[in-house]
Amino acid sequence: MAARQSARLERKKFFGDPVMVVTIVVLIALLLLFIVYPLAILLVDSVLVRDTELCSAEALASGELAFCTQDGGTPAGRDAIYVKLPLVSEEGGEKLVPLYSRISLFPRQAKLEDADGPLYLKVVNATDRTAWQDVRKLMEVSKTPMTYKPNGRLIKKTEGLEPADVCVQLRKNNWSLDAFPRIFKDYTFNRALRNTLLLGMLTGFGSLVIGLLFAYVDVYVRIRSRFIKKLFDVVSMLPVVSPPFVLSLSMVLLFGNSGLITRKILGIYGAKVYGMWGIVIVQTLTFFPVVYLMLKGLLKNIDPSMEEAARDMGATRLKVFTTVTLPLMLPGLGNAFLVTFIESVADFANPMIIGGSFDTLATTIYLRITGGTYDITGAAAMAVVLLCITLILFMVQKYVLEARTAATLTGKASRVRMLIEDKSVRYPLSSLCMLMSVFVVLMYIAVPFGALFKLWGRDYSLTFKWFAKMFSEGGWKAFKDSFLLSIIASPITALLSMIISYLVVKRKFRGKGFIEFTSMLAMAVPGTVLGVGFIRGFAGGVFRTGFLQGIYGTGLILIIVFVVRSLPVGTRSGISALRQIDKSIEESAYDLGAGSGKVFTSVTLPLIKDSFFSGLVTTFVRSITAISAVILLVTPRYLLITCRINEYAEKGEFGVACAYATILIMITYAAIMIMNLVIDRFGTSRKINGKEGA
Amino acid sequence: MANLIDKQPKGVELRGISKIYKDPKTGKDFYAVHDVSLDIAPGSFVTLLGPSGCGKTTTLRMIAGFESPDEGEIYLGGQPINELTPNKRDTAMVFQSYALFPHYNVFDNVAYGLRLRKVPKDEIQRRVTDILALVELSGMEARMTNQLSGGQQQRVALARALVVEPGVLLFDEPLSNLDAKLRVQMRTEIRRIQQKLGITAIYVTHDQSEAMSISDNIILMRGGVIAQMGTPMEIYYKPNSEFVADFIGECNFLKGRVREVTADQTVIDVDGRPVAVATEGARQESAGSEAEIVLRPEAIVIGDEGMLPCKVELSCFMGSYQNYHVRVGETLVKITDNCPVNKKIFDVGDSAFISFDKHCAHLL
Repeated sequence: MAARQSARLERKKFFGDPVMVVTIVVLIALLLLFIVYPLAILLVDSVLVRDTELCSAEALASGELAFCTQDGGTPAGRDAIYVKLPLVSEEGGEKLVPLYSRISLFPRQAKLEDADGPLYLKVVNATDRTAWQDVRKLMEVSKTPMTYKPNGRLIKKTEGLEPADVCVQLRKNNWSLDAFPRIFKDYTFNRALRNTLLLGMLTGFGSLVIGLLFAYVDVYVRIRSRFIKKLFDVVSMLPVVSPPFVLSLSMVLLFGNSGLITRKILGIYGAKVYGMWGIVIVQTLTFFPVVYLMLKGLLKNIDPSMEEAARDMGATRLKVFTTVTLPLMLPGLGNAFLVTFIESVADFANPMIIGGSFDTLATTIYLRITGGTYDITGAAAMAVVLLCITLILFMVQKYVLEARTAATLTGKASRVRMLIEDKSVRYPLSSLCMLMSVFVVLMYIAVPFGALFKLWGRDYSLTFKWFAKMFSEGGWKAFKDSFLLSIIASPITALLSMIISYLVVKRKFRGKGFIEFTSMLAMAVPGTVLGVGFIRGFAGGVFRTGFLQGIYGTGLILIIVFVVRSLPVGTRSGISALRQIDKSIEESAYDLGAGSGKVFTSVTLPLIKDSFFSGLVTTFVRSITAISAVILLVTPRYLLITCRINEYAEKGEFGVACAYATILIMITYAAIMIMNLVIDRFGTSRKINGKEGA
Repeated sequence: MANLIDKQPKGVELRGISKIYKDPKTGKDFYAVHDVSLDIAPGSFVTLLGPSGCGKTTTLRMIAGFESPDEGEIYLGGQPINELTPNKRDTAMVFQSYALFPHYNVFDNVAYGLRLRKVPKDEIQRRVTDILALVELSGMEARMTNQLSGGQQQRVALARALVVEPGVLLFDEPLSNLDAKLRVQMRTEIRRIQQKLGITAIYVTHDQSEAMSISDNIILMRGGVIAQMGTPMEIYYKPNSEFVADFIGECNFLKGRVREVTADQTVIDVDGRPVAVATEGARQESAGSEAEIVLRPEAIVIGDEGMLPCKVELSCFMGSYQNYHVRVGETLVKITDNCPVNKKIFDVGDSAFISFDKHCAHLL
């Protein structure tokens, strides 16, 4: 048909541009591998239950290997080789196990003539790693002082090992929906689910009310004091700079059992800060600035003449607010509520530190994996439930509410708003906000003092002993590791997100929707879920083939997690920056003879330099303060600041935890200062928009 | 300076080009450009003219390679270029928004294409300097593009396209962002440079006066098809349809019936009076068939006597001419009477006659 030719030509042109093709293919592969696949494997894992079968390796150990063919006969010619292993289970019997001639990506079955080299037996061990054991080594039992017990846990045994102790664990895949009914009957899970949803509601509403108050005061009420304005700025920036659990720490310090305010000032002994209300307060204080910034932008877009018209017709100020302002912002409010809800549900660090016995889904999943039960299937099923919650809310937020917000509030306000001068409104509202801000700032200030006081609650004299303790217990290594991993992740994320934004905004190709959706998807995936997904997805290699198994337990997987977690933020800022740029600027470079790669590096990237820089720093800050996903993936080879803080807070050593947090805040603050300085100095915007020297 | 561009200009050929788009509202496919065939001679200046949505920009973008044609083949210098990406085509485009690189200064903007072609440094220096002299921007090399006026930015965009010595130069409504006076100045400039360099140029505009003043040939498009092509004079005086006549300048249409056809003229009956129109070659019309005379307002003379009686409905002094609206029978006719100083001025309500030279009229 007629339309074919352009499709054919476009394809031809597209494939005539190798840089572009390779970029897209690599990008899609990366997104598939590191975002889609770990989530998909969770789903598979919660459906696919693996029974294990234990075979005695005695036959191997004693050197009586019985090689056979698939049907048990004597092998000859090009027959695949199997080995006969006696089953350990009660029924007994024998099991035929295929032998592999070598470890490779796609192991093939060994043929008789290949059998001169090492022969490997595929074994799945307790940490869920697939390994190919050299048959000859297996025979030397004494050199592998390990045994596998039926429950799958690894037991180390160094002495008195009998050949009969050595078992080979073999797996059988069974499809069943067993995991979901099981966890829905599980009391801990049900409680965690209820807790999580309740927490999301409360935090969502709390943040909405406070955020709305701040936004309203900022946009509608005249504030003369520059101090208060500055305070607002600081409050809205603090949560960006600080690690997620700082407020939890200071909550304990100020209001805990031996809290400064509860015990010292109010004289209350045995104040209970752990539990639901503790988390609600901390989360509300952490997330309301986000709501504040969102609603501020919204309120500024409301045309003042609409409200003036209502006022003119005789409505009181309250009536105007409830009948005009509020209905106009309703979708925006819903949007802000959902964003907070998702953040609250996904939050791991705060419930971990201050939750006490109040477990949420995120913490329950973590405890399922790290705790004694090691219930991987259950954890995977829970992660799927958690993912479903956030994903559905994310869809509603992104595709329903965001569109509606844009529809009701289009364009800019036509005139400057007359600010409320009325003292009866001004004083109560602004003092309420100020009190709130001072409280928040106080919470943050408590942290460095927590690190400086000798013994919180008892002895308030200054000391550096917590800092000293921090450095003596691996502090340097923690800072070095955290810093190094984050600084590696930053440029990768910044560059990737700029490339993705470029492709999404400026190019047309198949798979574009996939790239856009997937890179945004990570926003809706709670860190804990991603962490579990990575464990399930990579511990045994991709699809348990051993491929990429090497990255599991290394720094690389942590870097990948950092990148995945920050990608949506960078991409969003890149996309909005690129939408501002006239399409024909790139077309003109293309037309003058530049290929896709050249256009990107010589035109696109320089024009969105600011966005690139901020992506760089945002990733760094997010990575160095990240905990939820990495705490599941980190190995003793790497010490991460956030995990250390969690560790010390769990042990009750708040002095050291605060010392870590203090330095962490300083690092992130410095990073943001440097970013602002760099953008100011070398950023594109000033050079292009400003008319210096003109 | 003498041989700024050593390369031979290239011709452009379009063979049955079509482009199909989906209507975003109805979801139906429609032809944005339908079966357009063109032959643009090397070194000529051709304008694609038409109202918005007529397919002119789409056609230009297909030549540049930003869009792919659904039917037909495009040739540049005799070579088919359908499968080439824009960066592999020997074209350079001047964009409506100039599309200058805001992070480069003037020199780097102009040198961009040369650097991509790995031209030696001293040659880049020489060629950029020469081309900037040609567009009269010498000494502005170090300026950032936002420190230039609209006209200067336009010149930089032109220089940037010219300096790579393209086989064909493409203009996408390059003057629409300039004010009226500058627009006139720039179009003369563009024409001067194009003629000096002898380069092939394809120019898209919706402004008919711009098209008239600048082109060797005009291709008037409507609804994705070519309505008429020809020299500006042909299009102006011998439009082949009411649309063309109306789009290019002001126009009057007098309806009548053919009375007599001879070798070099046709006589038309308008309100019972014979009116002669010069026609070339053998025309198909037989006596009695309907005909329409196309008359430009400045080709009509108003006076106390003439070919057709009329009644003056509007008389207005415009400076360089007197503007009349007169009624001939049922038809409203607009007349511009140039230099009316010593002529009789008719008032509203006056009776008068109009007449015209038979060579200035055209029969549809």
